[in-house]
Amino acid sequence: MAVETSKQVIPGAFSGTALRGDFPVFDRPTGSGQRLVYLDAAASSPKPRTVIDTMADAYGHHYANVHRGIYELSEDATRRFEQARKAVAGFIGAPSEREIVFVRNATEAINLVAYSWGRTNVHSGDLVVTTQLEHHANIVPWQQLTREVGAELAYVGLTDDGQLNLDDFEAAIARGPRLVCVSAVSNALGTINPVAELTAKAHAAGALVLLDIAQAAPHMPVDVSAIGCDFAVLSGHKMLGPSGIGALWGRRELLDAMPPFMTGGNMILRVTLEGAEWNTVPQKFEAGTPAIVEAIGLGAAIGYLNALGMASVREHERYLFEHAWAALHEIEGVRLLGPGDPAIHAGVISMDIEGIHPHDVATVFDSLGVAVRAGHHCAQPVMDRYGLPATTRASFYVYNDLDDVTALTDAVRACQRLFGGA
Amino acid sequence: MDNLYRDFILEHYKNPHNKGVLDPHDLHYADSNPTCGDEMSITLLLESDRVTVADVAFEGRGCAISQASASILTDTLRGQTLDQIRALDPQAVLDELGVPIGPARLKCALLSYKTVQGAVSGGVAEWPEMAEAM
Repeated sequence: MAVETSKQVIPGAFSGTALRGDFPVFDRPTGSGQRLVYLDAAASSPKPRTVIDTMADAYGHHYANVHRGIYELSEDATRRFEQARKAVAGFIGAPSEREIVFVRNATEAINLVAYSWGRTNVHSGDLVVTTQLEHHANIVPWQQLTREVGAELAYVGLTDDGQLNLDDFEAAIARGPRLVCVSAVSNALGTINPVAELTAKAHAAGALVLLDIAQAAPHMPVDVSAIGCDFAVLSGHKMLGPSGIGALWGRRELLDAMPPFMTGGNMILRVTLEGAEWNTVPQKFEAGTPAIVEAIGLGAAIGYLNALGMASVREHERYLFEHAWAALHEIEGVRLLGPGDPAIHAGVISMDIEGIHPHDVATVFDSLGVAVRAGHHCAQPVMDRYGLPATTRASFYVYNDLDDVTALTDAVRACQRLFGGA
Repeated sequence: MDNLYRDFILEHYKNPHNKGVLDPHDLHYADSNPTCGDEMSITLLLESDRVTVADVAFEGRGCAISQASASILTDTLRGQTLDQIRALDPQAVLDELGVPIGPARLKCALLSYKTVQGAVSGGVAEWPEMAEAM
């Protein structure tokens, strides 16, 4: 492995090599005794020490239930919890933190919209549009909704190089859908979609737009106000935060008009034996005790990312992507999926190594300390589109560097040697 | 370099035993592991006693572990009775592979076992409990 490459200056004002010191997971050697080369951020990211410490401190010294206690400790916990909500709002350009609903993850956020907004606003004969590029989380809830109410679900197809087919998109919105659901960045291929343009066109056709920013928010600046979409969903665990916390952003007037998704404590103003009166947003959608410390941990993760600067994060990953794409492109027998143009391709590389099943690839990689995802990436329609049961996916984040790119290409070659072109 | 891919496994993967489809055959079952796309189809020919395996063949595609496991397992089936095969311990199948199989690869390693069970049990096959969690 070329040690000297880590000294190269990567544009982006920070060094991935140095940042690894912030992440305790890199302290431990892998099972095979080698340095961990973590290339699976798209599945879930490691946590920096500041997130772990903030959460331990919150549990240790600032913990009580929120929005309830008339005592200092509960007020302290509530303040920290609500600061995290403010941090999420600021991070994605939401006009108000009252438009941020804490949920478990992006999947739950989409289900919330599908159940609450969907079952109120989508009726028999209506059209909902999603795309073949989506994570299952942005497909299955819409299949369920449209089946249940007798609406139609249409899919925007993909080009051979992994972009949304814009002719398909135009044709779909010309039919006047109620809602268009699209990801800002594809988790399976890394494609960056032109979401502002898609949103404007969908709005012109009278549709609302739900944006899945689970793969975008961790890796590049995202401003939902500038994009102009109506809903956006994200998961904390993909952006250095803990699992079990995510967020739904929705325009206030939409959230106000929507019925609750789950009911119970916290989401009510008054309950009698005859019925209940709903709380205001966002509490209306946060039934029961929330993931208090997880939200605080997400706030710390956002603080860490803000300190790096999201434009720098994007620049850093773009640099790694360009080098990795070029190096992998040179290896015979490796098929790379997605656009490949760094302007519209995030730090995710999905590949097929000829003659070697991705599970075998990942197992051999693991023996070399390289963690990648092998499978369908919860995006089976994408795999079907390109005639593959699965791919091997490497995804970059702030703690990666050029040594990791070298480790990746070395691992591909080692795999090919082992299988001898089998 | 890697325990899991010692020569024994790779040799079975590259040059599988009992590959093909028996025609005629008495029993057939096909199965898959949708999470990784591994596919397996097994045909069995019985002796005139109708309970002893005379011949066996498999067709499949997928990872090295799943295909090598089918090659190794089918090697052991000739001369066994259907009852003996039904009583086969999945752990014994893993032991035959001779390499440690991590939890994430158990279904790869046991797809051939599950498919054989389907063939000898009238088309009813379930994952062994040890593979269920993944």
